[in-house]
Amino acid sequence: MQQSGQASATSLPIGSDADLAWVRQQVRQCAAQLGFGLVQQTKLVTAASELARNTLVHGGGGRAEITPLDNGRTRGLRMCFIDSGPGIRDLELAMTDGYTTGGGLGLGLSGAKRLVHEFSVDTEPGRGTTVTAVAWVAQVPASRPGVR
Amino acid sequence: MNQPTPGQPAVPVLALGDVLLVSLQGELHDGMAEQLQHDITSRVATSGVTGVVIDISGVEIVDSFLGRVLAEIASTARLLAARTVLAGMRPAVAITLVELGLTLPGLVTALDVDRAMELLSRGGS
Repeated sequence: MQQSGQASATSLPIGSDADLAWVRQQVRQCAAQLGFGLVQQTKLVTAASELARNTLVHGGGGRAEITPLDNGRTRGLRMCFIDSGPGIRDLELAMTDGYTTGGGLGLGLSGAKRLVHEFSVDTEPGRGTTVTAVAWVAQVPASRPGVR
Repeated sequence: MNQPTPGQPAVPVLALGDVLLVSLQGELHDGMAEQLQHDITSRVATSGVTGVVIDISGVEIVDSFLGRVLAEIASTARLLAARTVLAGMRPAVAITLVELGLTLPGLVTALDVDRAMELLSRGGS
């Protein structure tokens, strides 16, 4: 499901841990401007941090694109994390809680998915990975599978 | 590349009697978090403190990386005979961590630094 962006996307490079901090700050600022509440802002920034770190660690770096959305009823934020790294061979496995190849806790993809409203992964071995996450202001998620 | 701040300031680690007090503030880069882990571990080993309080009231987000570092600090300190209390987590951070799936079951928490100090002074486990 693609929403057409109402404003132009902000593109941010992801090449170091300082860039991760910059992505977090930009997502925070953008989410606050769009009217997201404090808890939603925190979830968005946390999801952005997880996904940007995936881009850095697994994708060998790349970029984040942050786009404000407006569907006529509410405003939202789309975050895309794009790399041209090795891609994800087994997406289902990569989306499993606790599965990791990066020495982390294996919560990056599956955890980030629970923090936003819409989530998709476009990947192909050898071609890279694009993860897209969308959240809408003041909208309760329909279901929250896997929350312990 | 325009790095925002080259040479990040180190996180201050204060010794208060038998306790190390570490106050995390604002944006913590991954490298700083790992440096902090090394600093606290060596301070615990050399100074013989019996408690570590990590104040995260100034931290706006905890992601799985920082969560792992905090849990590892506590585990390492425990092996070096010091107990760690995580103090002052913001409610929005707690909500987000649970949804993320990171509940940090091994970490002892307190609502603020005073309560953390009290917890450590009471002894026991």
